[in-house]
Amino acid sequence: MLFTLTYILYGIATSAYLTFFISQEKKIRSTARCLLFGAGVLHTVTIVGRYIEQGHTPLTTHHDTVSFFAWSMTWAFLSFRWRYQVKNFGTFVSLLIMVLLTVGAMSSTRVIELPPALQSNWLPIHASIALLADGFLAMGFCSGVMYLLQERELKKKRFGLFYTRLPSLDSLDNLNHHCLTVGFPLLTLGIITGSFWAKQAWGSYWHWDPKETWSLITWFLYAAMLHQRFIAGWRGRRGAILSIIGFIAVLFTLWGVTFLLPGEHSYVN
Amino acid sequence: MSIDSILVLGVNHKTAPVEVREQLAFTDDPESPFRNMKTIPGCTEFCFLSTCNRVEVIFASSNQEETIRGIKNFLFAGSNVSEKEIDNFIYLHKGSEAINHLYRVASSLDSMVVGEPQILGQLKDAYRDSSQRDCTGVVLNRLLHKAFSVAKRVRTETNIGGSAVSISYAAVELARKIFGNLKGKRVLLVGAGEMAELAAEHLINQGISEVIVANRTLERAIKLAKRFNGKAVGLAELHEQMEIVDIMVSSTGASDLILHQKDVKPIMRQRKNRPLFLIDIAVPRDLDPKINDLDNIYLYDVDDLSHVVEANKSEREQEAARAQRIVEEETLKFLQWIEEMQLTPTITALRRKANTIAQAELAKTLGNFDFSSKEKKSIEKMAGSIINKLLHDPILFLKNTHSSEDKSEKLDVTRKIFALNENSEKDS
Repeated sequence: MLFTLTYILYGIATSAYLTFFISQEKKIRSTARCLLFGAGVLHTVTIVGRYIEQGHTPLTTHHDTVSFFAWSMTWAFLSFRWRYQVKNFGTFVSLLIMVLLTVGAMSSTRVIELPPALQSNWLPIHASIALLADGFLAMGFCSGVMYLLQERELKKKRFGLFYTRLPSLDSLDNLNHHCLTVGFPLLTLGIITGSFWAKQAWGSYWHWDPKETWSLITWFLYAAMLHQRFIAGWRGRRGAILSIIGFIAVLFTLWGVTFLLPGEHSYVN
Repeated sequence: MSIDSILVLGVNHKTAPVEVREQLAFTDDPESPFRNMKTIPGCTEFCFLSTCNRVEVIFASSNQEETIRGIKNFLFAGSNVSEKEIDNFIYLHKGSEAINHLYRVASSLDSMVVGEPQILGQLKDAYRDSSQRDCTGVVLNRLLHKAFSVAKRVRTETNIGGSAVSISYAAVELARKIFGNLKGKRVLLVGAGEMAELAAEHLINQGISEVIVANRTLERAIKLAKRFNGKAVGLAELHEQMEIVDIMVSSTGASDLILHQKDVKPIMRQRKNRPLFLIDIAVPRDLDPKINDLDNIYLYDVDDLSHVVEANKSEREQEAARAQRIVEEETLKFLQWIEEMQLTPTITALRRKANTIAQAELAKTLGNFDFSSKEKKSIEKMAGSIINKLLHDPILFLKNTHSSEDKSEKLDVTRKIFALNENSEKDS
C-alpha cells in the first residue's frame, strides 16, 4: 500500500520533470523538486515499514533491493542538487528511478526466510553500501547519456530538443566525474564489507560466486575508467560511453547474475 | 482627451536612408528639440527619441494639423530635404496605430536586428530627458510607462532576444555550450584579420583569459596581440600552441588547408583529450573538415555558423509573431484606459447637472415656507436621494459596457439626452 503511494508520487514527480523539460517553465521545476523530495521521504517511510514487517533489514528480496536502489538514487540526486545544480539533470534521473521502481513493483514482495548463516549485522552494512554505490553510478550513467545527446547535436551542428535544454559539455563531464569519484569508493567498500560477511557466513573471504565475480569485473571496469581518466585523459565522449558500459555491468551484477547464473546471492527462486 | 490626439511622427531605417537620418540627429545641440518643440502650437505633450536607426517624436496634440506641420518643419529644418520630399521619408501614426507603433519600438520589433535589447534603454533615456524638461503630461507618462512594461512582458513571455543572430556571437554561444564558463580559457587567433579580431573581442567580453596570435608575418601578429594584451607567435609554432589553447579562430588568406586531420590527432593525445573548439572563418577554408570527426573536437566553419544564425533568426521571427500579439493586446488595454478617461468626466458632469437643478429647486421651495431646520434637513436629504436613485441606473448603464464601440455610442447618447455637451460649452 505504502509502496503504491510512493510509486504514484514518483510518477507525478517524473511527469512534472518531463513537463518542465519540454516547457522550461521555472515554476514547474520547483514543483517537480518538491514532489521528488516528498516521494523520497515517503519512500523512506515505506522502507522503514518493510523493516518492521520483516524484522530485519529489508534487502533480501528482489523487490526490496530494487526499491532501495531507487531510494539511494533519489537521495544521491537530492544531496547533489543541494551541492550544485545541473540543468535538467532531474528529468533524466527521475526517469531512471521510475524504471527501477517499475521493475520493483513487478517483482514479488513475498519475504523469503533468511537462512541462519546469513543473519548478520553485515547484511545491512554490505547491502546498503553496495546499493548506495549503485545509486551514484546510476547518476553517472544519466550524465553520460546527457553528454552523448548534447555532444551529438554539437557535432552534427543540428540543434534540436537538447541543445538549449542540456548544460554545457564541460559541466556534464564534471558531473560524470563527481558521480564516479563518489560511487567508486562506495563500490569498493561494498565489496570489502561483502567479503567480511562471506568470511563470517561461509568461512572464507572470497569464493568466486558469480555475484562476487561480476562485482569484481564491475569494479575493475570503473577502476580502469578512473585510472585512464586521470592518466590518459579519457574524458568527454569516451568517459561518457564508459560510464554507460560500467552501469550496464552494474545492472548485470544486480539482475543478470541473479536471474541467469545461480549462486549464493540469489534471492529469487 | 480623444484617442486620435496621440501621434507618432518620424523616420527610421526602413523609411529613410542614413544620409537623411544623420541630418536629423541634433548631435550639435541636444537641447534644441526640447526648446523648439515646446513652442509648436497645439503640442501639449511630447517625447523626442533619437537613435542611429530612428528619429521620432511621440506627441499629443489639440490641434493636429498645425502641430504636425510644426514638427515636420522643425525636424527637417537643418536638412537639405525639400518640403515636398519630406513626406517620402516620414511615417505618421495616429491613435491606436501610434500606440501600437510605440509598443513595437519599445519591444524591439521595429528594430533593424529584431530583438536587440538596446532600444528599450534608449527609449527610457529619451523619456527621462523629455519628462525632466516638463515636456510630457498625464497621457504620455502613462503611455511610455506602459510601453516599458509591454517591452518587459515581451522579453519574459517570448524568446525574442534569446539566441545569437551574428556569426561572432554564435561562436561565443557555441563555446559556452562546450566549455560552460569561458573564464580562464585561452584562445588562439590564426591570421590577424578583421573577423578574427571581432571574434576575439566577443570572447574576451565573456572572460577569456589569454589571447595568442599566430600569423605569417610576425609584425602584424605582435600588433594585434598588443591590443588584447596577448602574445604573438609565428605560424611554425601552430601545433605547439594548439596543445595549450581551448579555442582557435582561423582566418588566414592561405589558398590551401593549413591543418589536416592527421596533424591534429597527436595534438589531442598531448592535450589529454581536453575539448578543443575550432572556428574556421577563412574562405577558402583553413582547416580540414574531417577534423570534426575526431573525438572532443568541434569544428565550425563560416557556413555552419551562418546556419546557426539563420536558424536563430527564423526562431526570432516566430517569437516576433507572438510578441506582436502581446503588443495588440496591450494596445487595446490602453485604448480602454483612454475611453475610461472619457467615462469619468461624463459621470461627473451628470452628477453636477443633477445637483445644480436640485439646489436651485430646493432654494425656491424652502424660501416660500417657514420650515424648522430639522424639516429643512430632511427635505434636502430627500432631494439628494431622489437624485441618487434616478442617476443610479443611467450610470450603471454607462459602466456596463464591454466593447469600445458600444461604450462611445452610449456616452454619446447619454451626453445628448442630458444635454451635457451644451452645458459644458456654456460653462467654459
